[in-house]
Amino acid sequence: MMSKTLKDLAPGEKARIKAVTGNGSVRRRIIEMGLVPGVELTMERYAPLGDPVEVSNPGFFLSLRKEEADTIVLEENAEEEQ
Amino acid sequence: MDEKRIVIALAGNPNSGKTTIFNNLTGARQHVGNYPGVTVEKKEGWLKHQGFEIEVIDLPGTYGLSAYSPDEVVARNVIVNDKPDLVVNIADASNLERSLYLNTQLKELEVPIVLVLNMADVAEKNGITINYELMSQLLGMTVVRAVGTKNEGTVTILDTVVNTFAGEDKPSERMLRYRPEIEEEINSLLELPFAGRQSGSPSSEAAAAGNLDGILNYPLRWTIIKLLERDRELTKKLENNSEGKVLLKQIEQSRQRITDKTGDDPEMALVEDRYAFIRGVCREASQITIISKQSLTEKIDNVLLNRALGIPLFLGMMWLLFQLTFTLGTPPMEWIEAGFTALGGWLNEVMAEGLLRSLLVDGIIAGVGGVIVFLPNILLLFLGIAFLESTGYMARAAFVMDKVMHQAGLHGKSFVPMLIGFGCTVPALMASRTLENPRDRLVTMLVTPLMSCGARLPVYTLLIGAFFAPQIAGNILFSLYIIGIVLAIIMARVFRTWLLPGESEPFVMELPIYRLPTLKSVLIHMWERAWLYLKKAGTIILALSIVMWGLFTFPTVDKEGHEFESAVEQVENSYAGRMGKVIEPVLRPLGFDWKTGVALVAGLGAKEIVVSTLGTLYSIEDEEGLAEEEEPVVKSFAQRAREQSGYSPLVAYVLMLFTLIYVPCLAVVAVMKRETNGWKWPLFTVGYTIALAWVVCFLVYRGGLLLGIG
Repeated sequence: MMSKTLKDLAPGEKARIKAVTGNGSVRRRIIEMGLVPGVELTMERYAPLGDPVEVSNPGFFLSLRKEEADTIVLEENAEEEQ
Repeated sequence: MDEKRIVIALAGNPNSGKTTIFNNLTGARQHVGNYPGVTVEKKEGWLKHQGFEIEVIDLPGTYGLSAYSPDEVVARNVIVNDKPDLVVNIADASNLERSLYLNTQLKELEVPIVLVLNMADVAEKNGITINYELMSQLLGMTVVRAVGTKNEGTVTILDTVVNTFAGEDKPSERMLRYRPEIEEEINSLLELPFAGRQSGSPSSEAAAAGNLDGILNYPLRWTIIKLLERDRELTKKLENNSEGKVLLKQIEQSRQRITDKTGDDPEMALVEDRYAFIRGVCREASQITIISKQSLTEKIDNVLLNRALGIPLFLGMMWLLFQLTFTLGTPPMEWIEAGFTALGGWLNEVMAEGLLRSLLVDGIIAGVGGVIVFLPNILLLFLGIAFLESTGYMARAAFVMDKVMHQAGLHGKSFVPMLIGFGCTVPALMASRTLENPRDRLVTMLVTPLMSCGARLPVYTLLIGAFFAPQIAGNILFSLYIIGIVLAIIMARVFRTWLLPGESEPFVMELPIYRLPTLKSVLIHMWERAWLYLKKAGTIILALSIVMWGLFTFPTVDKEGHEFESAVEQVENSYAGRMGKVIEPVLRPLGFDWKTGVALVAGLGAKEIVVSTLGTLYSIEDEEGLAEEEEPVVKSFAQRAREQSGYSPLVAYVLMLFTLIYVPCLAVVAVMKRETNGWKWPLFTVGYTIALAWVVCFLVYRGGLLLGIG
């Protein structure tokens, strides 16, 4: 399966969350922070050393490692806003 | 009496400005302690309002009330067990949706809530208009506007607390409803026969009898919901109980049905429903009128987290912190030093010679004075750290450093306790509790003592001042800090690979918006940390100074009962001198003599004592020197050390290295014992740091000799 994940987002790009895979405490933390399906995220930047990454949702900045960003599956053609 | 007393618990997300509100409410009437059995810090404060005595318990900052971190478990247990009269939930108004998540969790614990929307000014600037009255209705609780940093809303919060307590503002008992498929399962679980008997306090008898009486003392609906989310703590409690096992089986069946019917797993479905509810409330009660442009935080981060500039700026920030600490700290240090010298001199004049004078001057004043003299440095350092923490840069530092830390087997968050370790290892070990994974936490605690704490600074300052030119002093000092960091990274890697292999903690961390902290917050924060240092200095160090004085002073006569001919002879024959001589053969290869050995033995108690012991040793010799010259020249500590120790700069450097690496002080050992719940890890730390110190010092000393240095 080659679904697009948060890891694939380049800085400045936006996309909506489709699903959060993974399990245990990482997933719990991610979804409790509000990263649930339907939410739109903007990739803000990669850290100076390339990892972790920073994403934003209006008013809220969150950092996560690429391995964790890889568990957040995004909707395709997210650039088209309804 | 009793009805005039209100106990409130302050809840809120990390970065919600909760601490500022706590300080606004309680001012200086605070007490910092620990929750029993766990190492989570407990802050309490008191105040009077409208004739009520209000006690404020500051809960640890959390995003939810799951059992994934000790902080979350403590927060929910305080609410359930200590039964505060009400919870004041501090939410970030500029970040409403995420902030309200905790509110839905608190509501399910069936406790009256007053919701405070803090940082309302930031929200308003971002174009968010909030209808407080409507939001109050929708959430079924009073919602209050506040700006903690400007002390706005403090009185309103207190008025609302009193009104809610007095029953004038009645919080609604209506609960958040989940999708029908879930509510159906919750209702059928609520009807199970043993479910109704959960009230009462937990008892081990009931647990042993195999029924659920008293095990589940949380509100029932909340308990069922948490079990549907596979809450770790609750599930564990039920697993060892026969009725519990039956309940767990029912829960699993319900979970399966929810998945089958909704196509979502129950964890996600529940969280999604909470967020759907929150979004509904926000849509109705708040309005975004301005399309948000790039915020100040984004502009600052474009520079501070820039790919090219991020790391140099981070290193520069750290360098600046230390330069400021030492440059600004030196003048007051000199005044304090002069003050203590004068005090000792005055006592020598007015008191008759004897043991008491010796105890006061050489034991107490020399020991404690030698510690307090470095207070300006420590206060400044903590001031800087408090500033970095409350502006929001600390989280950025973790973001910038995570890759390096992760490669070392640590976590970006490990950086925070390690940075605090530069101030004092004791609060640093406490700060490590922000790490959720026990292994990450343990490795962080094991290597944090290698971060050069403020108490080691006196040793460096003295030796660098005495043995190195002022032009290179800064570089020598910086090299010690760097060596500590490098060793910590190496040891973390070693521990993570060989001692504690396993998965590392997730790095899901909020980067709070930048804020200028209030002076009051920074000062209180600084004072808390400095107080820990002082308490340590005041109690353990005073006690140890007196013990050390005793070890140096006794026996006062030799075996035949004759007085010793010189002070040096007396010290050599004292208990301390004998101890130093016993370990001298082990320390010889590092270039140390028995006096250094004595100081290092003393330093096992606390690092500062390395200085005061060297001080005691040289002040004794100094008296003798003065007697010979019959010239009351007061020489500085550094001068005496240089002239009378006979150290070469290489030996002085190796001594600093040894001080850097070997065993943290007794207070650290004690804290680590409590944090890890046993003696295994503190003793391991004592052992490994001594061995590491010896090996590193041996290599540096022998290498230095081969290169012809020294």
